[in-house]
Amino acid sequence: MIRLFKEKEKLRETAESSDGRAPVKKLSAGELRLHKDISELNLPESCGISFPNGKDDLLNFEITIRPDEGFYGGGDFVFSFKVPLMYPHEAPKVKCKTKVYHPNIDLAGNVCLNILREDWNPVLNINTITYGLYHLFTQPSHEDPLNPDAAAVLRASSQAFQTVVRHVMTNGYRGETYYPQLMQAMQHTKAPSRHQSRLK
Amino acid sequence: MADSTAHVSRSRDLDKLLLRPGHLVGPTFEPGPELRDDLRKFATVLVVGAGGLGCELLKDLALSGFKNLEVIDMDRIEVSNLNRQFLFRLQDVGKPKAEVAAKRVMERVSGVNIVPHFCRIEDKDIEFYNHFNIIALGLDSIEARSYINAVACSFLEYDSDDKPLEETIKPMVDGGTEGFKGHARVIIPGVTPCFECTIWLFPPQVKFPLCTLAETPRTAAHCIEYAHLIKWDEVHSGKAFDPDDPEHMKWVYSEAVKRAELFGIPGVTYSLTQGVVKNIIPAIASTNAIISAACALETLKIVSGCSKTLSNYLTYNGAEGLHTKVTEFVKDMDCLICGPGVLIELDTSVTLQKFMDQLQEHPKLLLSKASVKYREKNLYIQAPPVLEELTRSNLNLPLFDLMGKIRKDIVHVTGTTTNNDKKTSCLRKLRVVFKGIDGATDMDTAGGA
Repeated sequence: MIRLFKEKEKLRETAESSDGRAPVKKLSAGELRLHKDISELNLPESCGISFPNGKDDLLNFEITIRPDEGFYGGGDFVFSFKVPLMYPHEAPKVKCKTKVYHPNIDLAGNVCLNILREDWNPVLNINTITYGLYHLFTQPSHEDPLNPDAAAVLRASSQAFQTVVRHVMTNGYRGETYYPQLMQAMQHTKAPSRHQSRLK
Repeated sequence: MADSTAHVSRSRDLDKLLLRPGHLVGPTFEPGPELRDDLRKFATVLVVGAGGLGCELLKDLALSGFKNLEVIDMDRIEVSNLNRQFLFRLQDVGKPKAEVAAKRVMERVSGVNIVPHFCRIEDKDIEFYNHFNIIALGLDSIEARSYINAVACSFLEYDSDDKPLEETIKPMVDGGTEGFKGHARVIIPGVTPCFECTIWLFPPQVKFPLCTLAETPRTAAHCIEYAHLIKWDEVHSGKAFDPDDPEHMKWVYSEAVKRAELFGIPGVTYSLTQGVVKNIIPAIASTNAIISAACALETLKIVSGCSKTLSNYLTYNGAEGLHTKVTEFVKDMDCLICGPGVLIELDTSVTLQKFMDQLQEHPKLLLSKASVKYREKNLYIQAPPVLEELTRSNLNLPLFDLMGKIRKDIVHVTGTTTNNDKKTSCLRKLRVVFKGIDGATDMDTAGGA
């Protein structure tokens, strides 16, 4: 290719050739794939999504899950998503921003969900993660504990666990640990939606 | 005339390759002293990375007759580099790798000019990369390779028959090593697969389940990852962990030791902590030397045509005996980074909505429910509703205006396409050219992502 280089060099000497290409940041393949994933999102009624940095930053967003049944029915749980540029080669980093008494979520918001770490695979997407997170609230597992106390209670009896979860969600305390009160006492039906971005 | 004798003797071996014809040469090979001189005068090579591979590459290229070299690296020299990054000495610790590497090679190989760049690869604008003829990569991360690949492919342009224009091709030679294993590959964008075409070659990183780290650690690595991923956040609420800060690393190490003692697990050391947290694999000098030699030779072959180039991926494995293999990977024609994309010619008055309607009719696309992305801007997104509402007002604006009145550029669309009566979702690259703008008619659109 040396002849070509030589010609190009001579061209450059005679005229500073520039075809008006603006020196812009290159889009990564990961951002493009994410654009596809987001535009094809098909979340259940009980999930909402918001983009704190506006429409042009899809790499950072929040998904709110409101389980309509089960142990956590009626609560709002917010998860922050940080999508790496190497997505989908690498999984998004997901944290639970709502402090919750849950066997698979610790008090710092770390989530034990296999597809977020050891079982991540590039064919998975934001939709599958959201369904996985939703599943954590309907089917919490005592086998993957990040909150040993919650796991122990659930392992002993799911009825006792239900009672404790309801107590924590209404009164805010489990032992010395404070959790935000996600429900008002005596309120067992669905609260009206606080989210503008319900999805179909 | 001591100088000229030195010159002759130094290029003696190179002359055997460059001055004589042969039956294994490349198709455009024109042997002769002019070729040797042109190599020195006109070939400019960028070496990305001045680490284990980078040091070898600079030395190899300088000794292979290249005179104009530049090197870019953001790191400073550490003591642990000295066993293999042979251009560095103990007194260099703390200095920028690129600067010391350039200086040392220039001291040893007379006539070579190496310009160092002590910065991140992202800090340089796109034109910086355009002035090199070839980019040689000695990197240790997928992210950095992916970035350079996207930059190199962005110079690529195609003609109206989707053939790559030779003068826009920016070849890359990529080396990589992990312990006893390594690879060398030649990437000719538009001709051979680019890095993104074969991203699946890289195995996913091993990640431990968080609950194992929290509850049932069994190995030293589990204890280290517990301190790094769980304990750090617990103690330093909000403060990000910086793997390059020795204080942070020492903290993780000491927490990992406590954790290991609690569970009776042996084997936590400071260097293992660094290895696990930064995902470091022990580097072996000879592997670097072998891979770099292959890369430097390929660079010489691409430039001079003195032999056919590697096609296109060499793997080397010195772990169990010695094994090398060359695989010819194939290009992904629909690659979003190096592929031609679909050419679309438009009037400047066409609105985003009309443009999207055209995509439905376009025989190569048949794409409905389009979401459109231009560079980092989302022009229109079908879902979720919160984004659809924010982008809806763009539908009635001319695409030309939305693209900042640039006469030709790449646009990406996602949507649903019909293939053999089956609806599938797809992501496509489009080369949009606006008609009736000065110089637009004879241009054949830009490449890249």
